[in-house]
Amino acid sequence: MLTLKQGRQLQTVLLGTLAWLVALTIFFPIFWMILTSFKTEIDAFATPPQLFFTPTLENYLHIDARSDYFHFAWNSVVVSFGSTLLGMLLAVPAAYSMAFFETKRTKSTLLWMLSTKMLPPVGVLVPIYLIFKDFGLLDTKFGLVLIYTLINLPIMVWMVYTYFKEIPKDILEAARLDGATALQEIYRVLLPISKGGLASTVLLSLILSWNEAFWSLNLTASSAAPLTALVASYSSPEGLFWAKLSAVSTLACAPILIFGWLSQKQLVRGLSFGAVK
Amino acid sequence: MSISSLPAEGTAHASAPPVTVHEERQRQSRLSLAMVSPSVAVLLIWMAVPLAMTIYFSLIRYNLLYPGDNDFVGLENYYFFLTDEGFTAGMTNTLLLVCSVLLISVVVGVLIAVLVDTSFWGRGIVRVLLISPFFIMPTVSALVWKNLLLHPVSGVFAAVWRFFGAEPIDWFATYPMEAIILIVSWQWVPFAVLLLMTAMQSLDQEQKDAARLDGAGPVAIFWHITLPHLARPIAVVVMIETIFLLSIFAEIFTTTGGGPGYETTNLAYLIYSQALLQFDVGLASAGGLVAVLLANIAAFILIRMIGKNLTDKG
Repeated sequence: MLTLKQGRQLQTVLLGTLAWLVALTIFFPIFWMILTSFKTEIDAFATPPQLFFTPTLENYLHIDARSDYFHFAWNSVVVSFGSTLLGMLLAVPAAYSMAFFETKRTKSTLLWMLSTKMLPPVGVLVPIYLIFKDFGLLDTKFGLVLIYTLINLPIMVWMVYTYFKEIPKDILEAARLDGATALQEIYRVLLPISKGGLASTVLLSLILSWNEAFWSLNLTASSAAPLTALVASYSSPEGLFWAKLSAVSTLACAPILIFGWLSQKQLVRGLSFGAVK
Repeated sequence: MSISSLPAEGTAHASAPPVTVHEERQRQSRLSLAMVSPSVAVLLIWMAVPLAMTIYFSLIRYNLLYPGDNDFVGLENYYFFLTDEGFTAGMTNTLLLVCSVLLISVVVGVLIAVLVDTSFWGRGIVRVLLISPFFIMPTVSALVWKNLLLHPVSGVFAAVWRFFGAEPIDWFATYPMEAIILIVSWQWVPFAVLLLMTAMQSLDQEQKDAARLDGAGPVAIFWHITLPHLARPIAVVVMIETIFLLSIFAEIFTTTGGGPGYETTNLAYLIYSQALLQFDVGLASAGGLVAVLLANIAAFILIRMIGKNLTDKG
C-alpha cells in the first residue's frame, strides 16, 4: 500500500512526465526543422527519416553564398521595431485618454478599433497596392512600418487600455494635485507603474510584425524585403531542397524564437488582456 | 504612491490662476480628445480610403488582362461572386476552419494550462517548449509541416504509420482540410496556453484547498472552480484568435493552394485567387466587400457575446 505522501509523489512524477511528453510533442516540428537544417539534401529526403546522421554546415554556407541573410534580417528588425515604436506612440496616449477620461463613446470606439482588425487584408490588397505605388511606398521599409503599425494598433490600444484600467485613479489624482501636467502624469506615474504590461504589449507587437507574411510578400520585392520574403524565395522554385529550406527557416525564426524564450516570463505575466482580475 | 508630496498642494494652487471646475473639465475633455484622435484618425483613413476604392472597383469591369475596358457594370461582380461555386465552399471552409481551431485551442489549451500548473521538475523549460510554435512564422510552419512532417513518402508521420504497419497517408490529397486545421491549431494552441497559464497563476489556492477538504474530487474542482475562473481568459482567446483565423492565408497558400478543387479554399484565399491569379480586380473587390460585411457580422456577434463583458471592468 502507498502512503498518502507516496501517492502524492507518484502523482507529481506522472503529471510531470505527461507534461514533458506534451511539451516535447508540441516542440517536435521545430526540433525537426533545426535537425534537418544540418543534414545533407540526401539525408533530408531519406526514408525512413533519420534521427542520426553526420551533421553538415553546407546548407548554411549555401544560403550565405546565395543571399545576403543580414540584409533581410536587418529589414525585419527595422520594420518590427519601427512599427512597434510608432504604434506605442499612438497607442499609449489613446489608451490613457480612454482609461482615465472615459466618455459615452469610449467603449464603442475601442470595439470599433478592434473590428478594423477583422477586415480580411486580401479584401483591400489592390487599393493599398495602388496607393503604395502612387506614393512611392512599394518596397520601402517605411511603407511596411506604416502597414504594421496600422494592423497592430487596435490590439496595442486594447492591451495598454486594460493595463491602465487596473491602475487606481487615486494615484493619478495625487499627481494631478501636485500640479503635474498630463504628459508628466504619463511619463512619471503611469509608465513606471505599467512597465510590465507595456513590455508585453511591445513583445507581442514585435512578434506579430516579425512573422507577418501577407503584406510583406505582396508589397516588397528586394530592397525592403524582410525574412518572411527570404523564406518564401526558397520555398517556391526549390521546393525539393528541404535541408536548405530548413536552414533558411531556422535562420529566419531563430532571432524571434530566442527573443521570445528570453522574454517568456514577461510575456506570460503581462499577456492577460485584462482577463485576469 | 506619492502621498508624501501632497503638502505642496496648497502652494501650487495658490500661484495658479483660479480655474473653475467647468473650465477644468472642458480642458480635460479637449486634451483627452486630442490624445485619442491620432489613433482614431489613422485607423479611419486605413479603413475608409481602401474601402471606398474597393466599392468603386467592385462596380466596374476591371480585369488587369483587359486594360482600358472599365465600364460601369452595377452589381454584376457581386452576382458573379455570390453565385460562384467557390463562394459556398469558401464560406463553409472559413467557418469550419475558425470553429475547429477555436474548439481545439480552447480545449487543449485549458488541459495543458491545468497540467502545467502542477509543480514538477523542469516546469520552466516545459513552458518555453509549449509556447514556442507561437513565435514561428506561419509560412515556415506550413512549409515544415508540409515537407518534413506530413510528406507521404519521407515525412515523419509516414514513418510512424509504416512503423505500425499502416499505409502512409497523403494528407493534403486525402484529408486536406484536416491537415490545415492541424497546422493552424499547432500555431494557435500555444497562444491559448500562454494566456490560460497566466490566468491559472491567479487562481485562489485556498479556495481549492477548502473544496478539497470538503471532499471535492479533482474533476469537481476543475468543473466548479478552475473552469469558471478561466471563463474570461477563454473569452479573450476566442476573440483574438477569431480575428486572426478569419483571414488565415499563408498556411493555405503554402500548402494546398486552396485545393484539391475548392476543398481548402477559405474566403481570404478565394478573393486572393480571383484578384491575383485571375487578374479580375472587379470580382475580387466585390468578394472583398462581401468578406468585409461577413467579418463585420462576425465582429458584431463576438462583441455582443464577449466584448462588452471585457471592457466592463470596474
